[in-house]
Amino acid sequence: MAKRLDLKDVDIYYGKFHAVDSVSLAVPPRSVTAFIGPSGCGKSTVLRTLNRMHEVIPGARVDGEILLDGENIYGPSVDPVSVRRTIGMVFQRPNPFPTMSIRDNVVAGLKLQGRKGKKELDEVAERALRGANLWNEVKDRLAKPGGGLSGGQQQRLCIARAIAVQPDVLLMDEPCSALDPISTLAIEDLISELKADYTIVIVTHNMQQAARVSDQTAFFNLRATGEPGRLVEIDDTPKMFSNPTEQATEDYISGRFG
Amino acid sequence: MSTTIDLDKAATAPTFTGISAGRKARNSLATVLMTLAFLVALVPLVWVIWTVVSQGIAAIVSSTWWSQSLNGLLARQEGGGAYHAIVGTLLQGLVCAIIATPIGIMVAIYLVEYGAGTRLARATTFMVDILTGVPSIVAALFVYAVWISIFGLPRSAFAVSLALVLLMLPVVVRSTEEMLRIVPDDLREASYALGVPKWKTIVKVVIPTALSGMLTGIVLALARVMGETAPVLILVAYAPYINFDIFGGNMASLPLMMTVERSNPTDAGADRLWGAAITLILIITIFQLLAAFLSKVTAPKTK
Ligand SMILES: Nc1ncnc2c1ncn2[C@@H]1O[C@H](COP(=O)(O)OP(=O)(O)OP(=O)(O)O)[C@@H](O)[C@H]1O
Ligand SMILES: [Mg+2]
Repeated sequence: MAKRLDLKDVDIYYGKFHAVDSVSLAVPPRSVTAFIGPSGCGKSTVLRTLNRMHEVIPGARVDGEILLDGENIYGPSVDPVSVRRTIGMVFQRPNPFPTMSIRDNVVAGLKLQGRKGKKELDEVAERALRGANLWNEVKDRLAKPGGGLSGGQQQRLCIARAIAVQPDVLLMDEPCSALDPISTLAIEDLISELKADYTIVIVTHNMQQAARVSDQTAFFNLRATGEPGRLVEIDDTPKMFSNPTEQATEDYISGRFG
Repeated sequence: MSTTIDLDKAATAPTFTGISAGRKARNSLATVLMTLAFLVALVPLVWVIWTVVSQGIAAIVSSTWWSQSLNGLLARQEGGGAYHAIVGTLLQGLVCAIIATPIGIMVAIYLVEYGAGTRLARATTFMVDILTGVPSIVAALFVYAVWISIFGLPRSAFAVSLALVLLMLPVVVRSTEEMLRIVPDDLREASYALGVPKWKTIVKVVIPTALSGMLTGIVLALARVMGETAPVLILVAYAPYINFDIFGGNMASLPLMMTVERSNPTDAGADRLWGAAITLILIITIFQLLAAFLSKVTAPKTK
């Protein structure tokens, strides 16, 4: 559990469009890395290449190496499906499966990967729901549909679903952007707890959130519209927010951007 | 704050105006026109149902209608029933559905999940569009040409089913395609991100989400083709007796029974004709209710 990620000269394309230019960075195990930057600079794009979700889009392509504990996830003999089992993802909008109950949503990953055993799955569901701080709210209605929960509960359900398959790394793309402040805090607390077991990468537009939850922060930016996005700098979060090396970072963080 | 009117304040025009007389008039006119259009559309509907029911009710309430054929009865002899024709219609429809449904669903899955934007997918969509517009008589003649003239096989209920497949297939493809397309990509991505392979995502996430609409589309398509007359006229001969063999022999069906009894000038013939008409409408209605029921049962729930 909890492995390190290394990106080496990663270039990302959508067909002919060069979306992200030569990103190199390291994500240590059991830490939270926040991606910040203006809209359209490629944060989601980079995040989605980390578990090979990028290539789901027709024409999308990645150059360079992404190493998980030294093993290239883009290696020629690597099955993207097995990469996604190891590196889980939580999306911006909560997306529970509408045809499944709360419990079945949580164990969907295991069930669809072909693992059965009702008792084992029940245990996994409880553990994951407790892990996502949702157990107490849903333990009496596990058989009810997941779509009947509130937005914040649905998002925690999606986190439970992602951790139920016990990935090594957890990617989160603006997991709180559709949530109220209380649900947001609940998820931030959860991220701090999950850090003990997982390597976490989170995209956020909320500076306070990045400052609160992350150990290191990466700032992405565009040189100009139409140009590819690039990594401006990555450093320990306290340093990034107090005394960044690059002027662009300071301008963005202090709101003097654009 | 005082609630008395401040007499020193300058008078201002009210911000909101009443509904103008012109708009009221246009509104009433439109309401009258639409009500009239509704009535005009309703009249033929009620008339058809009234005619069919009043002429045919006597036949279908008889005790033998649902359980006996017309075997051995003379044209002018009252009695017997439509069992042979009901069996024929259901059998031909069933065989057609068994062939058309899996093919249609698989074509739709290919178009939505795998083929998006490829030349083969575009060609398929084009062909499906053309097939949608093919009249039933053309489908029937095509099957006649291939099945009977080229392969030399006999006229049979199965040939009818094949013609019905040609008519049902494009409808199934189209409706299934639409249902698959409205499944949000979010769900597919959520499933991929859990390490679920694509085909399993389709089978376990996409199809269950779309199932309700898919079933409705399939049952309605079937109900539609079961009333088709051209294929049964061309591809199988009428039999007044019961025949379960779809590959050989003559077989009745409700539309075929109606065309045959139309040339029977006796009262018995008229009774059978209208009785078969009601029966066909009833069967199609039952299928439509079934479709509504299935769609309700399989729809994703939130509570
Ligand atoms: N499916 C796609 N096809 C083509 N181009 C895309 C696609 N998705 C994103 N892009 C482009 O890639 C660039 C980076 O987009 P990305 O979604 O990664 O931005 P982002 O930093 O996540 O922005 P936001 O903060 O608004 O979510 C943008 O120029 C965008 O238009
Ligand atoms: Mg984004």
